[in-house]
Amino acid sequence: MLLIKNGRVVDPATQTDAVLDILLDGGLIADLKPGLEVPGAEVIDARGWVVAPGFIDLHCHLREPGDESSETIQSGAGAAARGGFTAICPMPNTHPVNDNASVTRSIVERASAAPVRVWPIGAVSAGSRGESLAEIAAMKEAGIVAVSDDGHPVATAKLLRQAMEYCRALNLPVIDHCEEPSLFAGAVMREGPRSVRMGLSGMPAATESICVARDVQVAELTGGRLHIAHLSAAESLDLVRQAKRRGLAVTCEVTPHHFTLTDDDVQYDSRFKVNPPIASGQDRQALLDGLADGSVDAIATDHAPHEPAKKDVEFDHAAFGMTGFETALSLAIEQLYHSGRVGLGRLVELFTTGPARVLGITRRIAKGEPGDLTLFSLDHPWTFHVEESASLSRNSPFDGRSFHGAPMMTVVAGRIAWRR
Amino acid sequence: MPVVEKKQVMSATEMDRTLQRLAHEIVERTADIDRLALVGIRRRGIPLAERLARNIGAVVGHPISVGSIDITLYRDDLSTTATQPEVHASDIPAVDDRDILLVDDVLYTARTIRAAINGLFDLGRPRRIRLCVLIDRGHRELPIEASFVGRVVQTTLSELVDVRLQEIDGEERVMLIDRVP
Amino acid sequence: MPERIGHLLAIEPLSAEQITFFLDQSKPFQQIQRHPLKKLATLRGKSVALAFFEPSTRTRISFATAAARLGADTMSLQAASSSLKKGESLIDTVHTLEAMKPDCIVLRHAASGAADFIARHVAIPVINAGDGLHEHPTQALLDALTIRDRRGGLEGLSVTILGDISHSRVARSNIHLLSKFGARITLCGPAMWLPRELELLAPGVRRCSRIEEALDGADVVIALRVQQERLNEPALPRDEYIRQFQLTRSRLAGARPDALLLHPGPIIRGLEVESPVADGPQSCVLEQVTNGLAVRMALLFLLIGGTGGIEDLPHASD
Repeated sequence: MLLIKNGRVVDPATQTDAVLDILLDGGLIADLKPGLEVPGAEVIDARGWVVAPGFIDLHCHLREPGDESSETIQSGAGAAARGGFTAICPMPNTHPVNDNASVTRSIVERASAAPVRVWPIGAVSAGSRGESLAEIAAMKEAGIVAVSDDGHPVATAKLLRQAMEYCRALNLPVIDHCEEPSLFAGAVMREGPRSVRMGLSGMPAATESICVARDVQVAELTGGRLHIAHLSAAESLDLVRQAKRRGLAVTCEVTPHHFTLTDDDVQYDSRFKVNPPIASGQDRQALLDGLADGSVDAIATDHAPHEPAKKDVEFDHAAFGMTGFETALSLAIEQLYHSGRVGLGRLVELFTTGPARVLGITRRIAKGEPGDLTLFSLDHPWTFHVEESASLSRNSPFDGRSFHGAPMMTVVAGRIAWRR
Repeated sequence: MPVVEKKQVMSATEMDRTLQRLAHEIVERTADIDRLALVGIRRRGIPLAERLARNIGAVVGHPISVGSIDITLYRDDLSTTATQPEVHASDIPAVDDRDILLVDDVLYTARTIRAAINGLFDLGRPRRIRLCVLIDRGHRELPIEASFVGRVVQTTLSELVDVRLQEIDGEERVMLIDRVP
Repeated sequence: MPERIGHLLAIEPLSAEQITFFLDQSKPFQQIQRHPLKKLATLRGKSVALAFFEPSTRTRISFATAAARLGADTMSLQAASSSLKKGESLIDTVHTLEAMKPDCIVLRHAASGAADFIARHVAIPVINAGDGLHEHPTQALLDALTIRDRRGGLEGLSVTILGDISHSRVARSNIHLLSKFGARITLCGPAMWLPRELELLAPGVRRCSRIEEALDGADVVIALRVQQERLNEPALPRDEYIRQFQLTRSRLAGARPDALLLHPGPIIRGLEVESPVADGPQSCVLEQVTNGLAVRMALLFLLIGGTGGIEDLPHASD
């Protein structure tokens, strides 16, 4: 039994913001009220901390199977726990691709020893090659929570339509990595004054928004659930907003690096090389506005670990991606909460009820609910040193960055998965 | 590097008289004045060469060819230090078949002179090269001597001879200085 | 005493004073090209690693000759014959070179930022001989020396740069350098090679898609190579380019009568420049080559030349 006392419980799902004690027993929330005393329980004093429902990361890469030098399910989950995440959704672009039930089962099996919950995302198409649908229903039985061909856009409007109609019947969301291939080809960063100055090939914002426009119309056509992965451009956000106003089931996520950095921050340093690329100041402002006004549903990390051989090369040849589990919450607290852009409830929503809604599940603190909690401090000072990361990879541009605010403890199924 | 002035070796008047005397010596020991060209070694050799050329010119009644050589590129020391080296242009008259008189302020190890000779030979084949210095302070490291010497000064290895010229230093005297241990 | 210059990676971060210093330091080395004996012992015992990961004949020979005339040895690496083909990473290749103890590395590479990247991984000076689309600093310096010698100065010139600007590191370096001296720079070429952001690179830059308008009143015309091998996009048809953008005698006549014509070489006669123009009195192409040697000799001297101990003492003479 675990008794968490004196924390400020903030739960948007139940509209709670009060100092309450929580008792966890048998992997579930057993009781929730002020002044709980339970003899025999392990007591955690959460005075000064916020206690939220367990955070969910809709988008990450765990590289297993196939690229275990960069990350494994175990190491990635360890890093996620240090970031306050209680459940993570690894994308299917492994080797082999997670496009059938046996790969899904092997991932679920490997994840059973992991400190946090692992809810795999299956491929839309076989091998994510964009030719024909993958064995989606079989994968659903094996445990996937969504489908995506992440790494690539869903190849054609026709395939996307088929996938959305099929998944609508299965009650699965389709997550798209929106990208117009001909504009992406050869580019390594956002096209703009910075790319021209650095002499690096750039892709315009339209690379993403052209595909978002396509996807929204297919969503309208099919009535299916569409979730836009790592949305990065103002134009894309406008399209999502309009879609929501029309009542379509379109949602989107934004990564911490996209709401923190702009292309002016990019150096000849491949830790800044990411897809979609770090965008302009105007895009960042639009994303911050969207995070505040509800147009953005969730913060997702797109944690993309790569071993040094893939990153420690010339910018042009480096793999895309940065790690992100351990800095996500601190960046959100800094950019959204301390800046006064969002209140605490909204901040928590972006990590909890928002992602939960995308997946079609509930995430809340109430008796009988799963015992997943994220405890964090809004002012704990700390500095992120990538050498101390639990991830096997070191590709983070936030190495050495100092924060006020950090995850303090992660509780999964009623047990402490990590504490600072 | 801290130094202490020990004594004055030559005053402005003495320097002027010496340059007059050297000019006469040079004229006396140069058979074909028309072939003569003075080349001052950067940095303080240059104003000295110019003054000498004027003095010689006054004696013989027509201008004497004078130029300068920067020996930075001909130095023999290969050490690379933290301070930024700089090279300057040389302004050497034609050397083929000429009677070149190198001019410098102080003759010490003679490595500078060796570098200057190398530089001259890169330009052509002089008929002859001689050396004129204001001060000879000894401690040669190469077998090179000056044909014309203003004054010989005995020095220890820690001492320095500091020639100050109006054109460069704003004052005119020769000082013997020592390094503070 | 000023601190030694560490690397030459780009023109953009340099001040006009620093550039003037480089150009002044090149003058004695111009003189040396006229000596009967062009070989010095200044850098005797030093070695220069030439790491050329992109094909180049002229720049490589220029650097090799510069090193040789200063008495330095060279270690030459050319991409085609290197183990890069066998999959060795750039860092490993450069560390292997560095282990042979050169005194500096001259690097040309197809990736923008490669020189910057390598400079962070080695302990010796790095000279950027061209990195992707980013910069080609020695080209801009030799162009500036050529212009300065012919024109008497670099201030307030009207400069037109012609060609595929967006893919040209020569253009970028020249834009940065000439802008620092107050030049008015007009960029001219097919519109898809002239993105708006080029005007933000430095003060005094504007774009123009009509060659006649771009050349009007120019003091200096820099014609760029049309780089077929770097384009991974559909190129403009050759005849179209010639009709619209070739520098012909009549077009050049629209510039000032004493306008200078520069070209980084090699010239594709009949494509970007008409043959008579390439050989005409306004063409500075051969001076550029000689000045390239002087600039590169000066650079090697400044970065790895010795100073000796004597200079450090006040007023002491040898």
